[in-house]
This record gives sequence, C-alpha cells and structure tokens, in this order.
Amino acid sequence: MTRASRFKQLAGAAVVATAGLALTAPADADTIRIGSSLSVTGPASFLGDPEAKTLRMYVDRLNEEGGVLGREIELILYDDEGDASRALTFAERLIEDDQVVAMVGGTTTGTTMAMVPAFQEAGVAFISLAGAVVIIDPVKEWVFKTPHTDRMACEKIFEDMQANGITQIGMISGTGGFGASMREQCLDVIGNYGIEVLADETYGPRDTDMTPQLTNIRAAQGVEAVLNPGFGQGPAIVTRNFAALGFEVPLYQSHGVASRSFIELAEDAAEGVRMPTPLLLVADHLDEDDPHQPVVTDYKATYEAETGETVSTFGGYAYDGLMLLVDAIERAGTAEPAAIRDALEETEGFVGVTGTFNMSPEDHMGLDISAFVMVEIQDGDFIPVE
Amino acid sequence: MGRRACSRPPILPCRPAVTVMAELLQFLFSGLTVGAVYALVALGFTLIYNASDVINFAQGEFVMIGGMTSVFLVAAGVPLPLAALVAILAAMVVGVGLHKLAIEPAKGATIIGIIIITIGASIFVRGMASIVFDKQFHRLPAFTSEIPIIVGGAVILPQSFWVIGGGAVILVLMWLFLSRTVLGKAMLATSANRLAALLVGINTRMIVTLSFAVSAAIGAIAGILVTPITLTSYDIGVLMALKGFAAAMLGGMGNPLGAVVGGLLVGLFEALGAGYISSDYKDAIAFIIILAVLMFMPNGLFGRPGVERV
Repeated sequence: MTRASRFKQLAGAAVVATAGLALTAPADADTIRIGSSLSVTGPASFLGDPEAKTLRMYVDRLNEEGGVLGREIELILYDDEGDASRALTFAERLIEDDQVVAMVGGTTTGTTMAMVPAFQEAGVAFISLAGAVVIIDPVKEWVFKTPHTDRMACEKIFEDMQANGITQIGMISGTGGFGASMREQCLDVIGNYGIEVLADETYGPRDTDMTPQLTNIRAAQGVEAVLNPGFGQGPAIVTRNFAALGFEVPLYQSHGVASRSFIELAEDAAEGVRMPTPLLLVADHLDEDDPHQPVVTDYKATYEAETGETVSTFGGYAYDGLMLLVDAIERAGTAEPAAIRDALEETEGFVGVTGTFNMSPEDHMGLDISAFVMVEIQDGDFIPVE
Repeated sequence: MGRRACSRPPILPCRPAVTVMAELLQFLFSGLTVGAVYALVALGFTLIYNASDVINFAQGEFVMIGGMTSVFLVAAGVPLPLAALVAILAAMVVGVGLHKLAIEPAKGATIIGIIIITIGASIFVRGMASIVFDKQFHRLPAFTSEIPIIVGGAVILPQSFWVIGGGAVILVLMWLFLSRTVLGKAMLATSANRLAALLVGINTRMIVTLSFAVSAAIGAIAGILVTPITLTSYDIGVLMALKGFAAAMLGGMGNPLGAVVGGLLVGLFEALGAGYISSDYKDAIAFIIILAVLMFMPNGLFGRPGVERV
C-alpha cells in the first residue's frame, strides 16, 4: 500500500468518525423532538406516504430557516404500516424512549385510536391526521386533529343534495373503518336535511365487484342520488360499476377519494361525480383575495417541485399538523408538553391548507364546514360547483 | 301484467316482474364474470394437486403477477397483447421457480409442511411485488369496448365476455391437451399413479414442473382478463387463492371440470348472496362453502372418493 492511499484511508476514517459525532451530538443537546407514526407502507400508504414526505420536507425547511425558538427540530418518524398494534408500540417508544414533546401522526382512524390512550396517559399532545369524528368527540385533553370530520363531509353533501331538491337517496358504504364511520355519521345527521335513505348497501374493503349492491339500489323506486362513503380503490370500482349500470341520478363520493388517483382509476366513469374536498385540491380555482390562497399555492408548489408528484390532501393534513404545532410552540415560548397543549387549544385564526383553525376547549379540530368545497369532476378535473 | 300482480309481503316494495327478472339477470352476469376468474384459479389448484398432491396457496399470486406485469408494461408503452404474453411468461417463470426452489427441495415433507411452504412463498412473492411494482391500485384498458351491453334490462360489460370466453377457451384447450396429446396423457397418468407412470418411462419430475408452469400461466391469464373490470394491486392474490380454493373444494379437489363448476358456483353464490341476503356477508360466502363441503361432502361435487387413491 502506498503512503498516499494509506493517508486517504486514515483521513476517510477520521471524517466518518467526526461526522458521526457531529450527527449524534446535537440530538442530545437542545433540539425539539417531534414524534410521528404514519402508515407509510401498507394498505393506507397512499395517505401515509405524502404525509411522511411533507413532514420530512418541512422539518428540513424549518431547520434551514433557523428552527423554532432558535432550536433545531428533530423529527422521529416510524412506519406503522397501518397496523394498530404496531402504532401503539411506536407510540410507547416515542413517549418512553424518544421523549418527544408532541406528536403529529396517526394516518388512519384505527391507528390513531390505538395510540390515543398512550398519549393521554403520558400527557403529550397528539395531533392526528385521521378523519373520523370519534377522535375528537368526546374531546380528549391531549388529542387534536387536522382533517375535517366525516360528519362535516356528510353535512356538506346533504346541503348540496338539498340545494338540488334531492330527498330520497341510496347509500353504498365501504365496511372499512372510514366507510363504516362515515355511514354512521351520515345516517345520524340525514334527518336534519329531510332526506330519506331508500337503500342501504355495503361492500368489503377487498370487494372487486359492486354490481349486485348497485342493482339493488337501482331497483329501489324513487332514488334521486347515490352516496358512497369509503376510501381506497372501492369507490373507484363503485363509480365504474355505477356508470356501467347506466344510472341516471348523480353519484356523490366522500372527501376520502378526493385525489387524482381516483380519477385515474375510475376514468370516464368519474365524469359528473360530486364530492366535498379540502381547499388544497382546488388551489388553481381559489380567489386571489382568499386568505388561504397564498398558503395553499405555496404548499402545492413546494410539494410538487420537491417530490415530482401531484399534491394530495393527505399531505396537506400533515402540513397543517406540523405548522399548528410550530405555531403553538412559538406562542408558548417553550417546548414543554403541557405548555404546547395549552397553546394548541388556544389556536385562533390559524390559516392552513385545509382551512382556518379556531380551537377551543370544546373543539380540538377547529375547522368549520366552510373549509369544504363541493366539486364536480369535469373533463378529468375537480371543478368547484359553488 | 296486472297492477297488483306482485304478491310479496306488504313490507317489501312492490316491483314489476320485469325489474325482478332484470335484477336476477344482473346478479347472474356479475356472478358468472367473477366466477369465471375463480374457476381459472381453481383449475390451477387442480392441475398442481393432480400432478404432485400439493395444494399451492401461492396460486393467487399468479393472478396478481399477470395483472400487475401487464399494467406496468402497458404503462411503459408495450402493446397489450405483447405485454400479456410477457406477463404470462413471467408468471410461468415464478411458477417453475416456486417448484424448483421451494417445493422440490422439501420432498418428503408432510402435506401440511408443503402447504405452509406455499403460503410462505406467496407472502414472499407479494413482498417482492410490492417492491418491484408498487402498492397502488392499477387498471388496464378494456380489450375492446367499454360501452355496456343491455340484455333483458341487465347490463353486461364487453370485458365480461372476454373473461367468460377466455375461461371457456382455456377449459377446451386444457381438455384437448389432456386427452389428445402425449404430454397431456402423461400428466393424467402421473396424477393417477405416480409410481406406475415412472415405471412406464414417464419423466414425472418434468411433468410436475410442467404442471406448475401451466397453472401459473392459467392464473396469469385470469389476472390479465379481469384487471380491466376489478383493478389490481400487489396484494389481491390472498383473496383470489381463498376463493379459488373454495371453488376447487366445492368441485372436488383434483377434478378439472369440478373446478370450473365450483368456480362459477362460488361466483354466483356471492353475487346472489350479496343481492338477496346482505352484502355484508359477501366475502364470508366462500368460507361458508369451505366449511359446508368439509362437513357434508368432503369429496366435493365431482371428487373421487379418497379410497380410489390407495
């Protein structure tokens, strides 16, 4: 071995050693540790993946801009694969071992509800990214969430039906967590809108053909619209079967499928389908003077430039979760878990990409129904109908 | 038709007879389409079982490989017929690999042991697929038209004809292969009595390998035919294998005709059950069938009694 190459080898070893030190040193010092457990892979990966990318991207950004309260943020992110028991293990690890000051995560209602008791007991604020209303109703001291509830989606849909003079509908719901919960919420509020359900069908999360269920709905006399609570590929198949069966009434989908991939899977059958969506999806159609416009456009541009993928509403929930937390830490002036929680609860007029958040001791989500936009799919694009 | 021709109990809405017929037709169409796919999966089970006594629970993965490979090749600009051909070959390679690398080395293991190996292999294939492809759902364009055809008030997609017709063609080809070719007869001989087949000079190892290749090809064809209707993803194989297994059990394990009849019946039961009873139990129907067969007629509809094998 020549002298030069030996020197290179030693120098290399030294660089690696010091780099290792440099990487580990600040972690123990003065960083703000934020935890997260997301379903990056597994059946809910299309939700968890953009969420994880968003969190990583914006934590890096915040650190480049000098961190929060002059301290660097350290993101500790686990992949629970959509499995509730894994999520619980990670929740305990985040609390016990990683000693995080707060948590932004919980991709699905199932994983969220599994983790709630751990955070409640430890007294660490938990901002969930999952949809169902049970997460914040009844209010849990340490638990918040950023997406709209399924109940609000039902209300938005029924408002639109009412405006169109629809009084009798058929429902076809997924039996997965999201679909089952939304079906229940919709049936709970439907009476307020004078709408009646004539046919109430369901399908399994792995079902590949919903023609029999839709045939039953078609056979029910007087159905003026069909509502499909559910997410994943199920609603795309429902939409395709619905078009094939030649229904002449409108089809309403939930916010759970408000993404490009729904249009790609359902193709032409998606034309004319209506659904409530968060503002993010109609970023290009927002008014210039809408307060959300700059936030939404900036997030969309940043996400699309860095990942090369189309922005999805799910990443937007993660953006809002992280930014609400940063805002709360800054207002609290400290990264103490209890102070963060109190500040989160006092959030007022916070403009995110999903809507404007106004938290209170009675409301740990803080969005109202105005954060939803009713859209119709026209020529493969989401067009606001209001 | 009289106005009060319908004699249902007053609680149920009174519907004209035409609608009731159209409804039934719709359930039948839906059931036959899905059933044709189950039939092909069951046929794959049967072939391998006959040649080697192995119940291959990785059978559903061939359906997935067929669909997913075609989807990705078509997306890359390969014309559909060529993509389908490559997908079938890919499934055959995996099928032969499964036999050579996982099942043959375990020669002498118990039946339960072999079944567990095939389940393990299916998990492995699924994991690989999630890496090689991705975890999203995908679709293929319909082979011909997407415009539904209306028959007696019920609608049927042109793709359904492809699925049902494709299944029928495969069945006829299988029958010709088994009854008219030397290779096919060798396969039948192997399934009847492996030792005797070996003694008369049949290369039974080659026959078993061939059965894995052919059943992988059949599975892949099923996957390609049905993807335009049902969409596909890396993990559809599990349910396919279970439904196909139920179909093979119902038809009588080891009987190709029974596999086809069993597949169509499972599909029809599911569609009729979802339509007339409750859609909540649609996926349970296959399991109810497995249990019922095990309890009341262990040989299935067309199965040989176990005695014959001794």
